Amino acid sequence: MKKYGKFAALIVVVLGCLAWLALQGMSETQTYYKTINEVAQMGDHAYGKRLRVGGDVEAGSIQRVGGAVQFVIVQDKSRLKVSYHGSDPLPDTFKDGAQALADGKLAQDGTFQAGKIQAKCASKYEAKPGMKPGQAIPNVNSGKSSI
Amino acid sequence: MENLGALAIMLAFCVALYATAASVIGRLKNKPFLIVSGERAVYATWCLMTLAAAILVTKLMTGDFRFAYVAEHSNQSMPMLYKFAAWWGGQEGSLLLWSWLLATYTMVVALSNRRRHRDFMPWVLGVLTTVQVFFLSLNNFVANPFQMLATDGLIVDVKDGNGLSPLLQYPAMAIHPPMLYLGYVGFAVPFAFAIGSLITRQPGDSWIQTTRRWTLVTWFFQSAGVMLGAAWAYHVLGWGGYWGWDPVENASVLPWLAGTAFLHSVMMQEKKGMMKVWNIILVSSTFFLCILGTFLTRSGVVQSVHAFARSDIGKWFVSFLALGIAATIYLILDRLDYLKSESQLESVVSRESSFLFNNLILLASCFAVLWGTLFPVISEAVTGDKISLDADWYNRLMVPIGLFLLFLTGVGPLFAWRRTSVESLRRNFQMPGIAMLVLVIALFAAGMRHPYALVSFGFCLFVALTVAQEFYKGARSISAKNEMNFAHAVVELTHRNTRRYGGYLVHMGIVLVFIGFTGHAFNQNEVKELNQGDSMSIGHYKLQMVKLEQGENENYQWHRATMQVTKDGADLGTLEPEKRFYKASKQGTSEVGVRPRLNEDLYLNFGGMSDDNLRAVIQAYVFPLVSWIWIGTLVVLGGTLICLVPSKIKMQYARTQVLGTVEKHVSVEK
Repeated sequence: MKKYGKFAALIVVVLGCLAWLALQGMSETQTYYKTINEVAQMGDHAYGKRLRVGGDVEAGSIQRVGGAVQFVIVQDKSRLKVSYHGSDPLPDTFKDGAQALADGKLAQDGTFQAGKIQAKCASKYEAKPGMKPGQAIPNVNSGKSSI
Repeated sequence: MENLGALAIMLAFCVALYATAASVIGRLKNKPFLIVSGERAVYATWCLMTLAAAILVTKLMTGDFRFAYVAEHSNQSMPMLYKFAAWWGGQEGSLLLWSWLLATYTMVVALSNRRRHRDFMPWVLGVLTTVQVFFLSLNNFVANPFQMLATDGLIVDVKDGNGLSPLLQYPAMAIHPPMLYLGYVGFAVPFAFAIGSLITRQPGDSWIQTTRRWTLVTWFFQSAGVMLGAAWAYHVLGWGGYWGWDPVENASVLPWLAGTAFLHSVMMQEKKGMMKVWNIILVSSTFFLCILGTFLTRSGVVQSVHAFARSDIGKWFVSFLALGIAATIYLILDRLDYLKSESQLESVVSRESSFLFNNLILLASCFAVLWGTLFPVISEAVTGDKISLDADWYNRLMVPIGLFLLFLTGVGPLFAWRRTSVESLRRNFQMPGIAMLVLVIALFAAGMRHPYALVSFGFCLFVALTVAQEFYKGARSISAKNEMNFAHAVVELTHRNTRRYGGYLVHMGIVLVFIGFTGHAFNQNEVKELNQGDSMSIGHYKLQMVKLEQGENENYQWHRATMQVTKDGADLGTLEPEKRFYKASKQGTSEVGVRPRLNEDLYLNFGGMSDDNLRAVIQAYVFPLVSWIWIGTLVVLGGTLICLVPSKIKMQYARTQVLGTVEKHVSVEK
C-alpha cells in the first residue's frame, strides 16, 4: 500500500499546484461582463473593477486622438464613451455599427478606459441578403419576409 | 430539383432510424437478416447524404440564389475554391458536412468489419447511427440547408449572394473546418466500438486493436485542423498572434487534449491490461467533447469573436449530451466487474507511472480549458455575474502544464515498464541531463532572464537529445549487424517498429513546436503613424515607408504601404502590408506583410489611416522562432503518418503480447 501512498502524494502535489495557479489567476484576471445600463447602475462599485462591456459602435463616433482611439458604444439607447489605448491593432471587424466588446476599467470621468477591444464579425453570419446586421431573422420559408 | 435535397435528408433520417432499430433489435432477437438489413440501411444513408451534399455543392458552385444558404454564403465573383468551401461557411452547411462525414465513416466501418466482430458490430453500428440520427434531425428540423427564399408563397431569386466572409477567403481557412470535422467526427468510431464491446462484455481488447488506426487518423486530422486554425489567425487576423484562447479555439483543442491522453493510455491496456475503465472514460469524454465543441461553435452559448448565429440549436445539443453521458455512465458502472485491471502499479519511476502522469496532466489541462471556456456560463448561473477569464489566465496555467508535459515527453518513453533501475536512469539521462544544464547556464550567462523560457529551452534540448539517442542506439546496432550505412539503418529501425519510432518523431515535432512557443517570450512590437518617407525601427530592423497608395477595384477598396526593410544597413527588400475593405460585406481585412525566417519573423500590419487621412498607422512586430511552430506541426503530422505504416516485424510484437498474457494469468491465480 505504501507505493500507492507515493502516487497519491505526487498526484495531490501536482493537482494542488495547478489548482493554486488557477485560483490565483482567477482572482487577478477575472472580468465582469456588464451591459452599459448595468455599469451605470453599479455607481461607485464600477470603478477599479475589470469590466467587459458590449454594445454597437455608434456610426461616425470613431476618432483617433493621439495614440488613443475614442468611440461611443450604444445599447438600448444607453451610451458609453470608450477610449482605447492598447498596443494591439484594432480588429478588422471593428467599424461603425459593429458589435464591440471593450475590456478595461471605468475611469472617474466616466469614460471607459479599454485595454482590449473585440469586435464581432457577426453581420456575415446573421444577416440575410438585404438585411441590416443584427436585425432579427424572419423565417425565410414563411412566405412573409420582405426580401 | 429544388426539393430533392430536402427529400434526400428526410429519407436519410428515416433510413438511419431504421438502421439503428434493425441493428439493435436484430442483435437482441438474434435475427441475422435484420442485422444485414441494418447494414444495408447504413449504405443507403450514405448514398442519400452524398446526394444531398452533392446537390448543395452544385447549387453553391452554379450560384442558384433561390436557396437561402447559397444566397448567404456564395456569390458570383468568388473563385471556385471558395464557392466549394462555402459548403462549410455557415451553420446549415457545416452541420450537413458533419452528417455526411459521419455517414461516410459509418459506411467504411460497416464495410471493413462485415466479416469481423459479428457479435458486437450491430451495437457499434447502432451507436453510430444513433449519432447520425441526432445530426440528421438537426439537418432536417433545425438548420435545414435546403430552405428556399420565398415571398408570398413564391420562390424568389436574388441577383447575387452575400458571398463568403472575406476573412474566410484564405486557403488555410478553406480546409481548416473539414480537417477539424474529420477529427471531431472520427472519434465517434472508437467511442462506438468501446460501447459495443462494453455492452457485449467482450473479453480482451479487440475494440482497442480495431480502432487503433482510426484513433491515429482522427488525431492526425485534429492536430492538422487545430494548427491550421492557428496559422490562419496568424496570417489573416492581423493581430500578430496565433492563439488567443477564444472559446472556439478552445472547443477545437479540448477533444485534442483528451484524445492525446487516450492515445497514450491505450498502450497501458494493450501491454499490461491496466486502465480499462479509464480508457472507456477517456474515449467517451473525447467523443462528448467533440460534440460539445460543435455545440460551442454552433450555438453562441459563450461570447466569441467568431460569433456564430445564436439559435435554439443549443437545446438539442444539451439534450443529446445529457442523454449520451448518462447512458455511458450507466453502462460503465453496470459493467465495472468486467473492466478489472490485470496488473498493478509498482513504482513511481516506471513507464506506467509516466503514462499515469501524462494522463493526469492532459486531463487537468483539458479540464482547465473547459472551465475557463464555460466560466462565464457557470458564474452567471451561480452568482448572477457573468465573469470571463482572459488569455492571461490560460497562459498562467497552461505554460507550466505545457512545460511539465514536455518534461514527461522526454523521460516517459525511456522509463522501463514496471520499474526502472538506477543504472538505466543514469545510462539514459546522464548525457541529455548534463547538456540541458549546460544550455540553461549558457543562456543565463548570455543574459536571458525569462524563467519559463530558460526552463523551456532546457527541456527542449533534453527531450531532443533523448529522442536522438534512441534513434542512434537502435540504428547503430542494426548497421553493425547488417552492414548497412547509418541512414539506411535509421529507416530500417523505424520500419521495424513504426509505432514506437513514429511516436518518437511526433515527440520531436512537439519539441520544435515548443521552441516556437517559447519565442513568444521575446516578442517585440512598435506602432507608429508614418507618412511617405518616414521611417521607424524595431529590433535590428529599420523600416522606411517608400510608398503609400490607395485604390479600389470592384471587390474592395485598399490602402497599401510599401515598406523598405533594412537590417544593420543591409537591404532586405520590401514588405507591403495592405488594408482592404470589402464593399459587398462591408468588412475590412488585413493583408499582413511577413518576412518569415527560421530565427524570427518580421510582421507588418497596416493598422489603418490616421484621422486626417494623411498618415498610415503601421504596426510592426518581431516574432522570434515562430516558424518552428509550423515546422514542428509538419513533423508531428509526418510522425503520425509513420505510426500508421504497418511495422515490418509483426511476429515479435505478437509474441511478447502472448507472453504477457500468460504472465498475467499466473499472477491472477496467485
